[in-house]
Amino acid sequence: MDRRRGAEPRRELASGPGRALVAVYAIFTLAAGARSGVQLATRFDEAPVAYLLSALAAAIYLLATVALWSSRRAVAYGAIGVELAGVLAIGLFSLLDPAAFPDATVWSGFGSGYGYIPLVLPVLGLLWLRRQPHRTP
Amino acid sequence: MGAGAGGAAVRWLPLEAKGAKGENGMVGWLAGTLMAVSLAVAVWFLLLSRWDKSIQAVHLLAMAIVELGLVGQAVVATVQLAGGHDPAERATFIGYLAASLILLPIGAFLAVGERSKWGTVAAAVTSLAVPVMILRMLELWSPTGA
Repeated sequence: MDRRRGAEPRRELASGPGRALVAVYAIFTLAAGARSGVQLATRFDEAPVAYLLSALAAAIYLLATVALWSSRRAVAYGAIGVELAGVLAIGLFSLLDPAAFPDATVWSGFGSGYGYIPLVLPVLGLLWLRRQPHRTP
Repeated sequence: MGAGAGGAAVRWLPLEAKGAKGENGMVGWLAGTLMAVSLAVAVWFLLLSRWDKSIQAVHLLAMAIVELGLVGQAVVATVQLAGGHDPAERATFIGYLAASLILLPIGAFLAVGERSKWGTVAAAVTSLAVPVMILRMLELWSPTGA
């Protein structure tokens, strides 16, 4: 309950360019979350696999946002790595077998429905994690 | 098929849409203004960040004004939804409507905590997401088969 413990929270991954990155991740958490929440709640039976992947994408965006914000480097690496693998795998899969994705996920067509930002974002994220050096405590 | 796709492009441009004075007219007018203003705010913030400027009170005021417009839009849309307007994707529309209200508060929060040009970029990015979100909402707003 004691919120004032003297030490400032660590924000090195969310400062400088990282702050803009957090903003984009927060937006994608919102967009993907709103979309997949509705899909799961109202039409889950239509395409369970695509909608579960959609929900997974939303969860990963949320995890990446929180990890960047709270400067949990390992979690951020994990989330953004899975994000990159996911957008590549689902992008490829949705091109090879469009029938499997009747209602597009955020990552369908390598994120073409979102201006390919889902493809660029994890690359920027990983570059940022590599570039931002550890701060000695 | 082809005619439907062509019509879809102009359906929500308030001045060109048929029946602009109907229930779509009000939302169209408000949505168009909000898109233009939030886009202008985003460009303004991007220019500020190029000039190495951080977010100040006047910029937060601009964001608050856009946010007020968004709240107004949400109220109008909610009234029309309650009044029987039935969008093709009702649930998704409501999801985006709720999301559209949270964008700018997030942007303002991030920008206030980072008094550098990158805080300004964060605010610009969230302002830029507003017209995109409104565009999606307009796509979802038209009733089934309209």
